[in-house]
Amino acid sequence: MKDVSELKFPEELGYVESHEWVRTEDGRARIGITDYAQDQLGDVVYVELPAPGKSLAKGAPFGSVESVKAVSELYLPIGGTVVEINAALENSPELVNSDPYGRGWMIVIEPSQSEDLKGLLSVQAYREKLKG
Amino acid sequence: MRYLPHTLEDIAEMLKTVGVESLDGLFASIPADCRRSAPMVLPHPLTEWELNAHIDRLAGRMAAGPAYKVFIGAGSYEHFIPASVGFLTSRSEFVTSYTPYQPEISQGTLQAIFEYQTLAARLLGMEVANASMYDGASALAEGLLMAARITRRSKVAVSRAVHPLYRRVVETYLKPTDIEVREIPFGPDGTTLLSAVADPAELAAVAVQSPNFFGCIEDVAAVSGRAQAAGALCVAAFSEPLAFGLFKNPGSLGADIACGEGQSLGIPRAFGGPGLGMFASRMQYVRNMPGRLVGETKDLEGRRGFVLTLSTREQHIRREKATSNICTNNSLCALTAAVYMASLGGTGLRELAQLNYDKAEYLKSQLRAAGIRLPFGAATFNEFVAAFPDGFDAVHSRLIAKGIVAGLPLGTYYPELKNHYLLCATETMSRDDLDALAREVAS
Amino acid sequence: MTEFPGATGLVLNEPLLWERGRRGRCGFSLPSRDVERRPAPAALTAAGPDFPDLSEVDVVRHYTRLSTWNFSVDAGMYPLGSCTMKYNPKTNERQAAHPGLAGAHPLLPADLCQGALELMAALECLLAEITGLDAVTLQPGAGAHGELTGMLVFHAHHRHQGKPRSKIIVPDTAHGTNPASASLCGYRSVAIASNANGVLSPEAVAAVMDDQTAGIMVTNPNTLGLFEENVKAIADIVHARGGLVYCDGANMNAVLGMVHMGRMGVDVLHLNLHKTFSTPHGGGGPGAGPVCVARHLEPFLPVPRVRLVDNRYVLSEDFPLSIGKLQAFWGNTANLVRAYSYILTMGAEDLKRVSQLAVLNARYIKERLKGIYHLPYDRPCMHECVFSDSLQQAHKVNTLDIAKRLMDYGFHPPTIYFPLVVPGAIMIEPTETESKEDLDLFIESMKAIATEAREAPDRLHQAPTRAKRRRLDETAAARKPCLTG
Repeated sequence: MKDVSELKFPEELGYVESHEWVRTEDGRARIGITDYAQDQLGDVVYVELPAPGKSLAKGAPFGSVESVKAVSELYLPIGGTVVEINAALENSPELVNSDPYGRGWMIVIEPSQSEDLKGLLSVQAYREKLKG
Repeated sequence: MRYLPHTLEDIAEMLKTVGVESLDGLFASIPADCRRSAPMVLPHPLTEWELNAHIDRLAGRMAAGPAYKVFIGAGSYEHFIPASVGFLTSRSEFVTSYTPYQPEISQGTLQAIFEYQTLAARLLGMEVANASMYDGASALAEGLLMAARITRRSKVAVSRAVHPLYRRVVETYLKPTDIEVREIPFGPDGTTLLSAVADPAELAAVAVQSPNFFGCIEDVAAVSGRAQAAGALCVAAFSEPLAFGLFKNPGSLGADIACGEGQSLGIPRAFGGPGLGMFASRMQYVRNMPGRLVGETKDLEGRRGFVLTLSTREQHIRREKATSNICTNNSLCALTAAVYMASLGGTGLRELAQLNYDKAEYLKSQLRAAGIRLPFGAATFNEFVAAFPDGFDAVHSRLIAKGIVAGLPLGTYYPELKNHYLLCATETMSRDDLDALAREVAS
Repeated sequence: MTEFPGATGLVLNEPLLWERGRRGRCGFSLPSRDVERRPAPAALTAAGPDFPDLSEVDVVRHYTRLSTWNFSVDAGMYPLGSCTMKYNPKTNERQAAHPGLAGAHPLLPADLCQGALELMAALECLLAEITGLDAVTLQPGAGAHGELTGMLVFHAHHRHQGKPRSKIIVPDTAHGTNPASASLCGYRSVAIASNANGVLSPEAVAAVMDDQTAGIMVTNPNTLGLFEENVKAIADIVHARGGLVYCDGANMNAVLGMVHMGRMGVDVLHLNLHKTFSTPHGGGGPGAGPVCVARHLEPFLPVPRVRLVDNRYVLSEDFPLSIGKLQAFWGNTANLVRAYSYILTMGAEDLKRVSQLAVLNARYIKERLKGIYHLPYDRPCMHECVFSDSLQQAHKVNTLDIAKRLMDYGFHPPTIYFPLVVPGAIMIEPTETESKEDLDLFIESMKAIATEAREAPDRLHQAPTRAKRRRLDETAAARKPCLTG
C-alpha cells in the first residue's frame, strides 16, 4: 500500500468520507472510488453495480467492489436515480485500479436534490480526513 | 500414551523455558468459577486390541454384509465400490490435510476438487458445481435459500414426492426465515402434479426431485418451463445421481440449480453419513452460490495450478452477509466420488446405470407376476413402490428373521400409503436374490 | 548444522483426468449381467455424461501423483491456528471402516442397527461428561452446522417463551461462521470489541445486552488463544436479560478436563470432532459438529434422538419442541465412530494430558519466538499464540511472505491474517502431538526466516521455491473464473 502523499486526488472532484468521488457533468453526477480506496483494496476482481433506473437515497449502498480477499460496500454520495453504469467493469474490473478517476468510473446519477452536491468534501478536506 | 510424544524430561525442560512450575500452572488464567470441581469420569482407556474387540462387538449387532439382503434405497444406496477407490482415498496425503488455503502445497486436493467440480457439472449437465455441501438434504435447503436470494421472493414450492427427510431439513432451515414453503401434491402415477402449483409468479423456486422419493422420473423440463415463465427458478433435487448415466440430467432439462446426494458415487452408506452434498447451478448465478469453489490459474512461472476462488461469497470474508455459513464441507467424499466416476468412465457409467435399471425392472416383473400391485405407472430408476395386502407387516418381520429386509414401509412418511413399501434393487442384487424376494413376499 | 525437513525431490507431473483418458478403457469391474437388458423410455433417456475412460492403472497413478503434491499431518507439522491439526490415529480408521458399520443402511429397523445406536448413545454420554453439559445431538455435519443448530435452538427457545428476539452479540475476534450462522436465523450481529487484554469485558456486553438480544456467541479460549476470564460474569449479564450463551467449542482442545462448560454459564456448545477429537480433516471435511446443551434446552435438540426403551435402543421422534432435522440421516456416523474410538483409547487422564501438552507446546513457542516476532498480546496463552509481522514490515516483508517461506523449510504455515483484530496475524497452534524436537525445528525455522527477512528479504518475496508450484495468481482466478475443465 502506498503512502497518502503518493496518491492522486484531482482538484475538480468532490469527495465523501466513504472514499467515493463525484464529478459534476451538466447537472448529473459521475461517481467512482478514490485512488486511496483502490489502493487499500488491492487488485479489484469484481464490481457489483445497480440496474439503471433505480432510485437511491444519499448514503444508501449502491453496490460493492471486491478484491480477492475483501469486499467493500459502495455508498452513494448524493441521492438520485441511476442513469448509467460502467458496463466495461464487468469484464475489466482492473480499470478501477489503473484509472480510478477515468475509465474506472462506476455510475452516473441524476441527482434528486442538487443541495447534496454542495455537501461534498474538497480535495483539501478529504486529504485531511485521510490523515485522520 | 502413544499419541503423546513428550517425555518427562521434555516436559520439565519446556516448563522451565515457559517459567511455570507445573502443567496445572499453565491454566492459571482460568478462574475458579469456570473450572471442573471433579475430574472427568470416563471409561478406563482401552488398548488397541481391546478397542478392536469392542467395535467388533458393536458392528456385529448390525444388519450389514452378506448375511443380509437389504432392499432399501430411499436416499442411501448399496453399490459396488472398487478396492482401488478405498485405497486411493485412504492415502494420508488426502485424508490428513486441511482445507487447501495454501495452494502451493495443496495442489493435490485442489486439482482433485477441480476435477470433481468438472465431473459433477458434466454428470448433472450444469455449468458450474461447487466443492461440496454436507448432504443432499442440506444442499436442497441451501438451493432454496439461494433461489430466494436471486429472485428476492419469499415463497418456495416443494413437491411432496421429494424425499420426506429432505423436506424436514428444508423446513428446519427455512423456519426462522420469512420464506414460506408450499407443498405440491403428487398424482396417481407417482410424479408431481405440476398443475397444482398456484401463483408461480410469487415463487422463488419450484423444487422437484428426479428420480423422486418413489424412484419415479419427473418431468423436470415441464417444471423448469413453468417456473421460468413466471420468473421463478427450477431447483432439481436428486438422491441417486447414477440415474443420470441413463436418464436425462437436470441441466439438459432446464434446471437452474441442481442439488442432491452423491453417496451413490463410491461412498459407503455408513449408517447415513458422511454423504456428499452435490450443488450445481448456471454460471450466471455463481456469485450467489454457497460453498467453496476451486478455479484454474497460473503460478509465477506460468504453470497451470489451482486455487480456492470467489471466496468473497464466503463466511470468512463476508461474515454475516455470506451466501452460507458453510466452512468445512465434505471434501474427501467429493474426492471419493471423483475417483469413482473416473474409474467408471463414461462407458462404465452408462452400462452400470442400465444394469441398475434392468435389475429393478426385473424385480418389478417378478413381483407383478406374483400378484403384487405396483401402484405408480411412471418410469422408475433403481427403486419403486409396491402395494402389499393388509397384514404384510407380519411377512416383513418374518423375512427379517431370514436376513431379508423387504423394503421401507411408507406409512410413516405418507399416511395414505399404508401397506406401501419402497423397494430398491441395485447391481449388487443377483437374479437369485431378486427371485427369492419375489417368492418370499408372495408367500 | 540444523537440517530442516524441507527439501526437494522428484515430483511427477500429472495432467487433468480428461487429458489422460482413451475411449474404450474402463477402471471398474462391472458385475456380470444376469437379467436381460430392457430399454428405458427413449424420450426420457440420454447418452450419459462425457466422462473420460481410464484404466484402473491410469486412475491409481493419477491420484497417487496428485496426493504427493499435498502437505499433510502425517508428513509433518501443520500448526494452523484454530484448526487443531493433531495426529489422526490409524486405529480409528480401522474402526470406522468396519463393514458392519460402514456397510449399514441408515433406515434399517431398530433391531437391526443396535450396534450403531448403542455407539451413538454412548458417545453422547461421553461428550456430555467431557463438556459438563447435559444433553447432546450428534447430527450436525461440521462446526458451522453445529453453530446453525445452536442458533436454531436459541430461536426456538425465545419463540417458545413467546418473545422472539432479533439480535445476537458476536465479539470481533469470532470466526466468520458465527455471524453467518446467526444471520441464517435472521439475527442481526452486534459486534463488540475485546479489551486491551484481548478478552471481553463485562461492561462491553452490558452496554449492548437488551431484551431484543437473543444472547451471545463466545469462543473460549478465544481466537487470540486467550481464556475469556470474564465469561461467567458475562453469562450472568446475558442470562439476567433473558438471553442465552453460545460457546463456539472450536478451541476445546485447550481445556479438556479443566473447564466445566455448565458452570461457566454456557447454554449451548458445539464441538468439532475433526479438531479436538482427532477425526481427520480430509482436505476440507467431512467433519462432525455435535451440539451439547444445558438441560433446559434439551427439548429443542434435533430429532430423531437415540433413546433406550425396554433395554433396546430406538430413534425417537417424540420431541414436539424440537427444531427439526439438520441432515437427512443421523449425522456423520463414520466420524462419530472415530471420535468414540479416540475417547475410549485416551480415557480421562490422557484427555486432560492432551490439553496440558497442547497448551505447553503453544506456550513454549510463544516464549521462544517472543521478541523475534511481535507478540501483540503478551499474556499467558492457551493452545495457540498469535504473532504479527510488524517487526518484519521494516524490511518490506509481510505475513504472507513469512508463511510462504515456512513451506520451503518443510512446515505448513500457521493461520494468517486471522483474527482480524491483529493486523498481519500469524496464529500458531502446534497441538499436543508435536514433540519437543519438532517444535525446536519449527522455532529454528521461524528464527532463520526472521534473519532472512533482514538480510535477504527477496528470498521471502520469492517463496516458496521448493513446492510443487510457485505463488499462484489468485487475482486472475477471481477475475475470469475457470471452475470446470
